[in-house]
Amino acid sequence: MQNTLSNSVLSSRRDFLKKMAAAAAMTAAATMFPGIIFAAEQEKNIPNAANLDWKKGPCRFCGVGCGILVGVENGKAVAVKGDPNSSVNKGLLCVKGYHQTMCIQAKDRLTHALVKKNGTYVKTPINEALDLVASKMKETIESHGKDAVAMYTSGQSTIPEGYIASKLMKGAIGTNNLDCNARLCMASAVTGFLTTFGADEPMGCYEDIDHADYFITWGNNMAEMHPVLFSRMLEQKSRRGAKIIDFATRTTRSSTASDRSILFEPQTDLAVANAICYEIVNNGWVDKYFVENHCNFSKGLTNIGYGLEDNFSFTDKPEKIDFAAYKEFLEDYTPEKVAKYSRVSVKDIKYLAAIYGDPNKKVVSYWCMGMNQHTRGTWINNLVYNIHLLTGKISKPGNGPFSLTGQPSACGTAREVGTFTHKLPKGVVTNEENRKLAAKIWKVPVERIPSKPTYHATEMFRAVDRGDIKFIWTQATNPLVSLPKTSRYRPAMQKDSCFVVVSDVFPTPTSDVADVILPASWHIEKSGLYGNSERRTQYWDKMVEGPGETTPDAWMFIEVARRMGYGDLFPYSKENHVEEIFNEYRQFHEGAKHGMAPLEVLKKESGAIWPYVDGKSTQWRFNEEFDPACKKGSGFDFYGKPDGRAVIWQRPYEPAPEVPDKEYPFWLDTGRVIEHWHTGSMTRRIPVLNQAMPHAYVEFHPDDAKALEIRNGELIKVTSRRGSCVLPASINERGLPTKGQVFVPFFDENMMINDVTLDAFCPISKEPDFKKCAVKVEKA
Amino acid sequence: MPIKSYLAHPYDGKKDDLVIALSQISKCDVIPAENNDVLIIVTETDTLKEDEQLKETIEAIDSLKLLAMVSGFDTPKNN
Ligand code: SF4
Repeated sequence: MQNTLSNSVLSSRRDFLKKMAAAAAMTAAATMFPGIIFAAEQEKNIPNAANLDWKKGPCRFCGVGCGILVGVENGKAVAVKGDPNSSVNKGLLCVKGYHQTMCIQAKDRLTHALVKKNGTYVKTPINEALDLVASKMKETIESHGKDAVAMYTSGQSTIPEGYIASKLMKGAIGTNNLDCNARLCMASAVTGFLTTFGADEPMGCYEDIDHADYFITWGNNMAEMHPVLFSRMLEQKSRRGAKIIDFATRTTRSSTASDRSILFEPQTDLAVANAICYEIVNNGWVDKYFVENHCNFSKGLTNIGYGLEDNFSFTDKPEKIDFAAYKEFLEDYTPEKVAKYSRVSVKDIKYLAAIYGDPNKKVVSYWCMGMNQHTRGTWINNLVYNIHLLTGKISKPGNGPFSLTGQPSACGTAREVGTFTHKLPKGVVTNEENRKLAAKIWKVPVERIPSKPTYHATEMFRAVDRGDIKFIWTQATNPLVSLPKTSRYRPAMQKDSCFVVVSDVFPTPTSDVADVILPASWHIEKSGLYGNSERRTQYWDKMVEGPGETTPDAWMFIEVARRMGYGDLFPYSKENHVEEIFNEYRQFHEGAKHGMAPLEVLKKESGAIWPYVDGKSTQWRFNEEFDPACKKGSGFDFYGKPDGRAVIWQRPYEPAPEVPDKEYPFWLDTGRVIEHWHTGSMTRRIPVLNQAMPHAYVEFHPDDAKALEIRNGELIKVTSRRGSCVLPASINERGLPTKGQVFVPFFDENMMINDVTLDAFCPISKEPDFKKCAVKVEKA
Repeated sequence: MPIKSYLAHPYDGKKDDLVIALSQISKCDVIPAENNDVLIIVTETDTLKEDEQLKETIEAIDSLKLLAMVSGFDTPKNN
């Protein structure tokens, strides 16, 4: 019989080491075979599997939104496995997913409120800490006005948490000083969707993977960032011969697993996308019927700036154009012209265009941070939509553009609830009808909701630095690791002019500068709802008790709101507040265009996709065949726009704000690794993951390393005009940047690469570009 | 007392054979992947010499295409 670990009689230390050894191997396997399952091992590590109570929910980590089952025994989470009933992951999980609950018991878990007194943190009863937060917030408003207080939330906050944050700030206090970390990862996707379709979020769903002939990934290392979806793509590759084309600035695990890897010079994706459209137009591959009946053409302003200065503002001025003008614009983007500066060969541009242009091939385009964290993020989103609109490859099974999200509820909370300065749960603050609806549901006077947006993420922390914001409360986010140019914003948050409240599960560099630290409940220690990349809303019930005085964020907001005198607006009960809040929130989205599944359905099923109409998820929006909200007889109806037509945008190539020069000769690209979740505050406390990837590194192209005589592991100082960071060199290991470029992952708070990055952003979406700035490198 | 883990890749269609062959070997635990042709092997031996011998034994299995070590620990005997 096969030996098993659980049968071994070992001392606990040896047993632990054997488990670590097995887990390290699983981690390695997971990076080679995304989505790999070792079910036997999962079950085997589970004490008395028969007695476990398996509770369903979504994964805590990425925007894929895999369904998980958490095995609970004696009130403790002892195992995690993939939910076989979830159509997202069909029982698969990635290495982060399997080990997620291991962080809860970390020794330095925040279990009680901490209040800074005379420079040291003092353990304080939660009620007292909440009294202090409420009184400070009130005091600040009284002395400096309501726009002196701000809240910065998260795409990891649950839907009820985001909703209550918005209601407190916009409905009760009456300020639009609410933004969230999703601004850093998918704001360009939102503005891309809104400018092209007038409605946010992808039209398709993950089932597209089962139908597509080609997957084209735009600057998107899915093998590490969306591993379960990538493994579904690999399955289709081996089963049906579907092809994966990786279009990126760096060779990654996704590139090596793809059928073709095409590399481009940073920022020139704009030009290549236009060149693909040039080919489509000039080879007669346009789906004329589709374009004539369902599209308009527009252009916007050009030379739109980069947001580098404080109080930068920009408003686009769209202007309708015709097909002839658009065709003429494309003359600047012949493959021959674009090949000269994009470093993509004419042959490869034509190859990509021919895939999109072939009427018999179904194509899905995927992207995430590569296109969104871009000083022309809105434009590049528009340009990829252009390709799909020109060819009519959209809103059909296996055909469509699909922007993926990084966080588990970037869609559900940040985008749908709208925890951005300009947003309301339905629509935007600038729209009177939207304000009226919010005022009605929130039972507040409409005048209380201000009609002007205030600070987006970067500008919010600039306002802290300037002293304009005097109170800030952050939840489930770690801006002092994740913001660009932390070299400015860390000292800003340390200033006495701003009272800082941080609500989190673990200490972070952000909580290090807080005046009050609030101990938050982790994911499964509270009930909640997340919304993933495919518009799927998923509910979970509280599974275990949190330690000490840990409290769900939504409940902390409610307690503070009551202390500030807004009790009548927050009449929820402690036991049932999640349900009560969700039922209130659902009213915002009633109707065929965004109706959300009722809670009873979400409790039973592994999520449902909105619009949820007549008991059914809508998998492909804007296509009459699948979407009941479309006008009858329209075929396709982009109903986000008043005339039902999507917009094909004329958007040019414009260079990045900072490009390599003599003094700073390298591009710096930053990103993530499979083992760690964003800033690592959770995954660095999971021994298996931390052991597999214990620290950050700076990746070189071997030719650059050779020219600089840099050896693997040697300490290198990476310096920009903003700051510097020292990291070990990595050559030919995880990834391979193009020549003239270095790559650094940002998960490591001990190697703060964001001290080096630039806080330039897309003037339309206000999303910073973490992928491009100029640096020099030298031996440390 | 060395503890090591490996990824073991079988020849095409030989995954089951490899699992059976490995399960005959003592001081060697096997965790097959459910949905891919790869196995995890965790070995635990008393001495470095025994560890080397065990590795040679595993490498001699016909159905094994590739054995890649992932991690290794060495602990005092009485721990
Ligand atoms: S792919 Fe994302 S959602 Fe799925 S298990 Fe991994 S981290 Fe969790």
